[in-house]
Amino acid sequence: MPTLSIPSNLYWFPRSLINLWNLGIIGIAFLMALPVLVIASFVFLPASENWQHLVDNLLAEYVSNSLLLMVGVSVGVLSIGVITAWLTSMCEFPGRRWLTWALLLPLAIPAYIIAYTYTGLLDFEGPVQGAMRAWFDWSYGDYWFPEVRSLGGAMVMLSLVLYPYVYMLTRAAFLEQSICVLEVSRTLGNTPFRSFTRVALPLARPAIVTGLSLALMETLADYGTVQYFGVSTFTTGIFRTWFGLGDSATAAQLSATLLGFVFLLVIMERWSRKRARFHHTSNRYSEIRRYQLHGKRAWLAFIACLSPVLFGFIIPAGQLLYWAINTATETINWSFALLAWNSVMLAGISAVVAVLLALLLAYGKRLQGNLLSNTGVRIASMGYAVPGTVIAVGVLLPFAWLDNSIDAWMREQFNISTGLLLSGTLFALVFAYTVRFLSVSIQAIESGLGKIKFSMDDAGRSLGLSPTGVLARIHLPLMKGTVVTALLLVFVDVLKELPATLILRPFNFNTLAVRAYEMASDERLADAGAPALMIVAAGIIPVIMLSRIISRSRAGGVQE
Amino acid sequence: MNITKALFAVVILLFGSNASMAASEEANLYSARKEALIKPLLDQFTRETGIKVNLVTGKADALLKRLQSEGANSPADLLITTDSGRLHRAHSAGLLQQVKSEKLNTVVPPHLRNPEGYWFGLSVRARPIFYAKDRVKPEELSTYEALTDKKWKGRICIRSSNNIYNQSLVASMIAHNGAEATQQWADAFVGNFARPPKGGDRDQIKAAAAGQCDIAIANTYYYGGMLISGDDAQIKAANSVAIFWPNQDGRGTHVNVSGVGVTKAATNRENAIKLIEFLVSPESQLWYAEANNEYPVVEGAGTSEILKSWGDFKPDNLSLARLGELNADAVRLMDRAGWR
Repeated sequence: MPTLSIPSNLYWFPRSLINLWNLGIIGIAFLMALPVLVIASFVFLPASENWQHLVDNLLAEYVSNSLLLMVGVSVGVLSIGVITAWLTSMCEFPGRRWLTWALLLPLAIPAYIIAYTYTGLLDFEGPVQGAMRAWFDWSYGDYWFPEVRSLGGAMVMLSLVLYPYVYMLTRAAFLEQSICVLEVSRTLGNTPFRSFTRVALPLARPAIVTGLSLALMETLADYGTVQYFGVSTFTTGIFRTWFGLGDSATAAQLSATLLGFVFLLVIMERWSRKRARFHHTSNRYSEIRRYQLHGKRAWLAFIACLSPVLFGFIIPAGQLLYWAINTATETINWSFALLAWNSVMLAGISAVVAVLLALLLAYGKRLQGNLLSNTGVRIASMGYAVPGTVIAVGVLLPFAWLDNSIDAWMREQFNISTGLLLSGTLFALVFAYTVRFLSVSIQAIESGLGKIKFSMDDAGRSLGLSPTGVLARIHLPLMKGTVVTALLLVFVDVLKELPATLILRPFNFNTLAVRAYEMASDERLADAGAPALMIVAAGIIPVIMLSRIISRSRAGGVQE
Repeated sequence: MNITKALFAVVILLFGSNASMAASEEANLYSARKEALIKPLLDQFTRETGIKVNLVTGKADALLKRLQSEGANSPADLLITTDSGRLHRAHSAGLLQQVKSEKLNTVVPPHLRNPEGYWFGLSVRARPIFYAKDRVKPEELSTYEALTDKKWKGRICIRSSNNIYNQSLVASMIAHNGAEATQQWADAFVGNFARPPKGGDRDQIKAAAAGQCDIAIANTYYYGGMLISGDDAQIKAANSVAIFWPNQDGRGTHVNVSGVGVTKAATNRENAIKLIEFLVSPESQLWYAEANNEYPVVEGAGTSEILKSWGDFKPDNLSLARLGELNADAVRLMDRAGWR
């Protein structure tokens, strides 16, 4: 942090803070925070009796359900994500190669869609329980069966589709660890398991926590699953208050409480990195020699890695496929291709925008390293945990205000009406996606940048590169994998996004997620099969690319 | 300075050239009805009149918010919702304009439209009781109010109070019986639930068919949708329950409408009204019945075979505007009753 050594000056505002990077960070952070701030400002509207009504009747339930959901999803994603990451990167067992990439597949399935499919399968009226009743001649009340549509069910559903965040980032961390460190650990007499718990796991902690916090933010923002399962959480409460009671002020107060949870998460992540900078401690890399598993242990490893794929992808995708085939004649036609194109185009544009902004923010923060830039980056990534609908309304209001102001000015000056310039355009939609998913790209880029030692920057600068030159010539080549990871993560997320798309899209413009939602919310699950399957299919390609990049990202090069 | 202004103006006009380009024969529609449940009618309208209809579908509340924030410059000419509560809310927020159409006023009955012409019902959806044929005799049923009887303990399935159809049902009971009586009713009613509310209307019918409960409350078109789904399991489930029309000796069975209003910002007002008139034409009304098993708003309009098979019933003629007014009260009342 070289800028801090400037001697004190007479200005109240330290001159070192006024520069292009800081201004850029503040500007972007402000734009990205704008929708959330707009909503948060409703808090200052006069409180109504509804707030008291919520406190009396519902708030305790919202808080406890949201907390329990977070705890359950944490346990789920950590156990699945870390174990599979370790097994696939450090052990050798039959099927390891294809499981390595297959473990990412559940990422392509939106949480609300996995919820629909499992409800269809496992509910009281579904084929599984139906077959059990027919087989054993049971009827209702004669046997116990876990209730899918419950808090526990929501934990399982969300864990099944969110664990890939932990898996992916943890596995990347394991692969990027210098194998020498592990070899030293083994030489010093540690068993493979102890090397894992004492060396590899602590070194991978930032990546694990980053993955976990992404999964938890998605959990907090989830509306589709909890709503369908009848679990009252903050998001369902916000919708109910806003739309059922028509009270935006109280809904904003609830949103503000939700943001409190998000800050807790952010603090947790900061705290976990406290005092520690996790750079590569050695630049020597050698090929990982995986620990060969045999017999029963090989089988256990195989089953441990297969189960998440089976339950998180194969079964739900199979159900979707079954529905899609049954309804193919009505649902699949030329307009279907248009839907797919719209989805992919939007996701592509948004991914590029979000990653460019993330690079600017993360690198600016690295250069400046001051409180201002740190806070700016934090603020810019708030959107991730806010439900899409809330963000969409937060985008709607300032854009419409701007449009109407420009229109009024143009009428006044030139007697020309410009109408709405930005509202109801794809621009507004991409903006909303960026607000919502910037955090994903920032987290990925930051953890990538964090692994590059500051001495690299110093070396680059002393050899005459500008700060931007360091980014372009040193950092980008070093973290090519990270950049592509960030791109693909945002791409897949946008592909699945629903609520903001519903509210902000232009006339005659639909996406796959919109089509799937319309069918599913009309309780025509089978007709939702084809578009949902297309979301999954369109998501698989980037997910597989992602997996290849992660395998290759090891500096020493690991032969797959 | 003027040059700067002019340049600014040119840039804006270039940027937004499509926005200011008003095509002559168009109507722009914000619809809470799903694309599949409105587009075929719109296409037919375009074929007959040459007026192109641009469509955005979405959730009613979100569309309302969009309309509101876009203000006088909103491109939307029409707002379609799937319940009268939201139309009432749009009207209260000053987003709709009055339409004086002789045709609409004669074909749409007064209680199914706003008295001053701010919105009109397009199709009727009823919310009766469904009972498992093998476990419940229709003689055991009478009214919504009677469902609080002890004999129904643990036997009733109904979806969450987040759902607008339940909110409207409770609002109608507040309108008829008063808030206090309805609160007592809701407390006892919730005590008779077979399971915590979850899933949609079809799920309640399926649960009754499978034996998890004996009675379900659901909208009729979901039941019709199950009957024509082509899915054996759903058809079997639907066939094991039957409709009971409650409150036939009193006010009638609770109904709601899917309806439409012309927005205050409408620039294609004439086309918008033409579209509404088209939607209440006999052909369109028949389409609602055949495509989605909804009842026509127009008296004497043809209905589908399925609707005929359910028999005639007496609908609650409460002015639907009241449902919107009482919606928030209904939500709070259900919260207090522990109806999740």
